[in-house]
Amino acid sequence: MSPKKLSLKEKYSLLTRDLEWEYSYRDYKEIFPQEEFEGIKITDWSKWEDPFRLTMDAYWKYQAEKEKKLYAIFDAFAQNNGQLNVADARYVNAVKLFLTGVSPLEYQAYSGFAQVGRQFGGVGARVACQMQSLDELRHVQTQIHAMSHYNKFFDGLSEFNHMHDRVWYLSVPKSFFDDARSAGPFEYMVAIGFSFEYVLTNLLFVPFMSGAAYNGDMATVTFGFSAQSDEARHMTLGLEIIKFLLEQHPDNVPIVQRWINKWFWRGTRVLTLVAMMMDYMLPNRVMSWKEAFEVYFEEAGGALFKDLARYGIEMPVYAETAIAEKEHLSHQAWSIFYNYTHAAAFHTWMPNEREMDWLSEKYPNTFDRYYRARFEHWREMERAGERFYNPTLPMLCQTCQIPMGFTEMDNPTLIAYRQSVFQGERYNFCSDGCKDIFDHEPQKYVQSWLPVHQIFQGNCGGAEMEDVLAGYYRMNLGTDNLDFHGSPDEQRWNHWHNLQTAAEQMKKAS
Amino acid sequence: MTIEIKTSTLEPVRNTYEHIKRRFGDKPASRYQEASYDVAPTHNFHYRPYWEPDRELNDPRRTAIVMQDWYAHRDPRQYYYGAYVQARAKLQEITEANYAFFDKRGLGERMDEAVRARVIRCLVPLRHAELGANMNNVFSSAYGVATVITQAFLYNGMDRLGIAQYLSRIGLLLDGNSGASLASAKEYWMTDPVWQGMRRYIENVLVLKDWFEVFIAQDVVLDTLVYDLMYRQFDEVLTELDGGDIAMLTEFMKEWHKDTSRWVDAVMKTCIAESDHNRETIGSWVQDWREKAVTDLSPLAEIAVGEGALNESVDILNKRLAKVGLNS
Repeated sequence: MSPKKLSLKEKYSLLTRDLEWEYSYRDYKEIFPQEEFEGIKITDWSKWEDPFRLTMDAYWKYQAEKEKKLYAIFDAFAQNNGQLNVADARYVNAVKLFLTGVSPLEYQAYSGFAQVGRQFGGVGARVACQMQSLDELRHVQTQIHAMSHYNKFFDGLSEFNHMHDRVWYLSVPKSFFDDARSAGPFEYMVAIGFSFEYVLTNLLFVPFMSGAAYNGDMATVTFGFSAQSDEARHMTLGLEIIKFLLEQHPDNVPIVQRWINKWFWRGTRVLTLVAMMMDYMLPNRVMSWKEAFEVYFEEAGGALFKDLARYGIEMPVYAETAIAEKEHLSHQAWSIFYNYTHAAAFHTWMPNEREMDWLSEKYPNTFDRYYRARFEHWREMERAGERFYNPTLPMLCQTCQIPMGFTEMDNPTLIAYRQSVFQGERYNFCSDGCKDIFDHEPQKYVQSWLPVHQIFQGNCGGAEMEDVLAGYYRMNLGTDNLDFHGSPDEQRWNHWHNLQTAAEQMKKAS
Repeated sequence: MTIEIKTSTLEPVRNTYEHIKRRFGDKPASRYQEASYDVAPTHNFHYRPYWEPDRELNDPRRTAIVMQDWYAHRDPRQYYYGAYVQARAKLQEITEANYAFFDKRGLGERMDEAVRARVIRCLVPLRHAELGANMNNVFSSAYGVATVITQAFLYNGMDRLGIAQYLSRIGLLLDGNSGASLASAKEYWMTDPVWQGMRRYIENVLVLKDWFEVFIAQDVVLDTLVYDLMYRQFDEVLTELDGGDIAMLTEFMKEWHKDTSRWVDAVMKTCIAESDHNRETIGSWVQDWREKAVTDLSPLAEIAVGEGALNESVDILNKRLAKVGLNS
């Protein structure tokens, strides 16, 4: 007899799904103790549709091919001093933001997917999550390797992981992922698998990688291309988890909707960092944050939520606010970082004339009206030798942990300010979205490790700013921080390219 | 004579990341070092997990083993993701050729009926045990401490899924892709008295909370016994019965076990050398699980190989333990 030909689906089912058995020596609930406490009802794990069907042998083979190519490029990049080919040295600050703010999230994703990859009662879901866990480990490690060469020639990268656990603005992405990982397995999947990887990934991963492509960063963009097929798998998993939860039981719908509302808002707050990166940190702009938001959230996300309407799922509650904010977000964020760049491990600067014009063109409704004058004023101060640094510490939002600098959308000159009282204590928020999230789980968010509070409580190395920055954060003062102009990064760059700074030229001429 | 291409060299400002420099000195670091050391978050976790409110998100107290510095560990294979997948891709390429050869020559059809039945009863059901091993290793990866340890658990976990899939393919090669052998093997796993001890053992490990105890019960005790029993002793039995072709299909498992044992031994050695407390804790887990394993594996060992087989495997386990500093 000649052997039967198995379809891919049949084969995958025999090689993976069929490995599961019904436990009888131990109770199912002992083996999967986290499956019920969130209120999600799973009636039948066998209804899980495998989002991709990759056996381990194929995984090893494909991924090894990709790794081989990727590391060949890394080697060539290092050997040929690829850092010299970036648009200009300001660009590297986007790399710093990525390594300190985003790469550690890849690590958290590795841990988170390993957790759910053990906790789900269905083997199909478990295995898909385990593969994503392994991919996320790949991403953090290849990013560390891609940026290792930049670390040898630029400042601000060398303590990326120490900083991620401590520095004020890095608590924004860190707390985001801590929030997801400390939730139950289903909320984690809606938060990360769906909201982050499916809905928002084009606004995080893609802008950084496109920024690398536009600015001559061969190491990072090659990583981006190499990770693309991993990301595609992750997106199909994110969509499957949502459909699965919604199809399992009608009682799941309101729970999932609340999670989508929460994680959409949590996600857009984290994306503030991407917005300012796109509009201010890339010497060669890819597109404006506003344009990216329109294409990837309003159009693509709009279509997705239309598709999910048949399950009773609606657009996230604060989508309208986020849409209004696209006109302001990057400008307000860059202002905050310009204020506090003496306490940041990357450089900021005021846009030059050409860049200001680009912002005016891309933001006809807001830039000239609300932001240009402020930026020109700061630029004047800098020219007069009085570069503005804000010596105070800002109040942080209890939920997203961003300094309270966002404004009301119907009045962009008024700081948005919300409060809740819980057990006799007052808590502050930057937005209705963040206040709602707190009000629903106050016991969780009162625990937030707010960097400014911690500094004032004396938990960050001492009473002086230098104790905090140089001691606790391990920032090299005068090197990692402050304005780009006059930084060692800039000097080295000019030296490599035999460029003179404007100041040196003036001096010579006189 | 050598030729020398002139390249412009720029003096780097630093050789590597600061945390790597603090550990290994101010010199260029290996990719393994940069990818593996001090990567996991350690401080200022924002919220206690809903699923374990008395612990931090990453909490070294999830095991009774105490290390002053979990990064004292080092994987002798130096696997980071890239090195890991390349090593496995190489192994899978050889394996693929073996499976293709077996298939092309119709070795499955030519196999003696009694041998085939024995393989389906004694070897193929292990695919379920391997899924348990997958879950157990992923557990230790998820709740363990320090990347240098937890990444290897994930690699190990995925390897076990791969092995479960290879075992399933052995079944399919023996039943002409009908899946009948897999159904029989599952029936054995669920109801055959020979397999019930093994299944009980796995289910008992699946409910453990201490990730290092999981490692001892699964990767140290059970795997040492099962891999010796099935991939050495059972293999010899099959060869005697003229079923040696199966060895082509289990080569991956043998090579893999050799490879992973280097890491398992290194983890044991480092933890045991750290303190008496660790040595005693590990010692008592080993004793406990070895005793359970002897009871639970005896029926399978007897049917698959014969009387005395398990004792041989236990000897091998004890020698291995002595080598890493644990005398029984």
